[in-house]
Amino acid sequence: MSGDEVDLGRRRMITGATAVTGGVGAACVAVPFVSYWEPSVAAQAAGAPVEVDISELRPGEKITVEWQRKPVWVIRRTEEELATLQGHDDSLRDPQSEESDQPGYVTNANRSLKPEYLVMIGICTHLGCSPTFDPERELESGWSGGFFCPCHGGKYDLAGRVLNGVPPPKNMAVPPHRYLSDTVILVGEDEGVA
Amino acid sequence: MVARLKQIACGLIDWIDARFPMTKWWNEHLAQYYAPKNFNFWYFFGSLALLVLVNQILTGIFLTMNYKPSEADAFASVEYIMRDVSWGWLVRYMHSVGASLFFVVIYLHMFRGLIYGSYKNPRELLWLFGMVIYLLLMAEAFMGYLLPWGQMSFWGAQVIINLFGAIPFGIGDALTIWIRGDFAVGDPTLNRFFALHVAAIPLLLVALVFFHIIALHEVGSNNPDGIEIKKNKGPDGIPLDGIPFHPYYTVKDIFGTGMFLILFALIVFFAPEMTGKFLEPDNFVAADAMVTPEHIAPLWYFAPFYAILRAVPDKLMGVMAMGGAIGVMFLLPWLDRSKVRSIRYRGPLTKIAVTLFVISFLVLGALGTMPAGDVETLIARVCSVIYFGFFLLMPIYTSIENTLPEPDRVTMK
Repeated sequence: MSGDEVDLGRRRMITGATAVTGGVGAACVAVPFVSYWEPSVAAQAAGAPVEVDISELRPGEKITVEWQRKPVWVIRRTEEELATLQGHDDSLRDPQSEESDQPGYVTNANRSLKPEYLVMIGICTHLGCSPTFDPERELESGWSGGFFCPCHGGKYDLAGRVLNGVPPPKNMAVPPHRYLSDTVILVGEDEGVA
Repeated sequence: MVARLKQIACGLIDWIDARFPMTKWWNEHLAQYYAPKNFNFWYFFGSLALLVLVNQILTGIFLTMNYKPSEADAFASVEYIMRDVSWGWLVRYMHSVGASLFFVVIYLHMFRGLIYGSYKNPRELLWLFGMVIYLLLMAEAFMGYLLPWGQMSFWGAQVIINLFGAIPFGIGDALTIWIRGDFAVGDPTLNRFFALHVAAIPLLLVALVFFHIIALHEVGSNNPDGIEIKKNKGPDGIPLDGIPFHPYYTVKDIFGTGMFLILFALIVFFAPEMTGKFLEPDNFVAADAMVTPEHIAPLWYFAPFYAILRAVPDKLMGVMAMGGAIGVMFLLPWLDRSKVRSIRYRGPLTKIAVTLFVISFLVLGALGTMPAGDVETLIARVCSVIYFGFFLLMPIYTSIENTLPEPDRVTMK
């Protein structure tokens, strides 16, 4: 090739190579900026387990503790309330909690280690509001009260199982937990429970 | 003496013009930008939107001088601005009332485009720039509403961020944590929303507004008759139905600005919370991650879309319907198959459709701020169907109806 002629193919190749190299570089630079938004080490460390003293909790009462910045409820259900958990599977979206989030040791109708005590993350699985505890509410047949989410009308029974025909896709989640003694529950850790 | 001053002024202008296109830009965009002479009431809202943007930027800058974007200080710093900073209450109310009026003005501006077919060829890109501005404005308002760190701030953000959690295949949950920077809405969320609200989104907004105006001045303004004034030009090449934007429409817009500022002042001084519509009562309670307020509702400008979300009994479908309700507006220029632009010359089908659409939008807006009972949900579902029907059936009803003949020249009714 003589010195005067422009080799357009060579020029295109160089332009393409420059563009690709630059593009890869830009994509690599994007990584730290995207990762910058992930929970920091401090935010991740803040999720340590929490001890809950339930010695003062009377039947029918609820207490709320904070774990991983979420409200965790401990509810002591009465015999009558436990009875309401039977016989309405038809009106539930996921009666056996197969699609929902909980440790394997609570996949029963009560969704708890001890029938009386329900330990649950009090966050609606629709869009994250915290439902109200409404054990006496009877709005329609097939629902004998439980939890009602004021944001979008989600309804759950007293085991946190969602009813059919309301927006939440799953039952409310049960966090990993275990009993340290008869009156103290550790929320966020469950070694040795299974 | 006067002659001498004039000479100096002209000399200065010449000196600048040789180095910067000042006179050129002045003429292109104001003194020799010819707009149709039949603009009516609906044409106030573009310039008013610009006015409100300036108000938001100005008051926003002053608010940042005392606001503290941290979980521990945010709520108290807003109270501090309201109570202890000189005139802080005024600046804050100008900002919060301005936010609501921004949406009033933008919705009226969009409605103008809708009834006069201002999105039709060759103004599709102008409409798309406008839609992106509208999206950015919604993001800006949403992030701004978190900053006072009240109960509604917190739970509103919680709900909206969790909308992304509806995305399947495990992407949704990871995405929500990434957006929040924590397992729940918290300090990192507040801090990054502040950064986006005061820097990133305003920069984009200003850039998009610039593109919007450049695109407008490239194709020229539409008008209530929906006909092109460029088709009838005088011997001087100036549209016969066009008048220079300055002084004619600058003066008109100054009148509109005056009227708007009177209304603005009345609200700022006498009803800044607008009975809970502009600032919700629950937001005067500091954020509490453990307790959701009995009734959480979005601010009025998001309410129609929120009502659509709630009307669908499935999480993913609801989120898609909500997104679709906004997304479908982008397609407007291609859904409308009518031969004419303005509603003045369209047939009865379009007129009925627009009327039903406006009613459904307003009803959805009202429902979105109310608790959802069975009756409300049913009405919301009917209105959602009308809302989508308006857009999705548009290719049919705009093409089969008979239109009236358009005039050659603009009319002054």
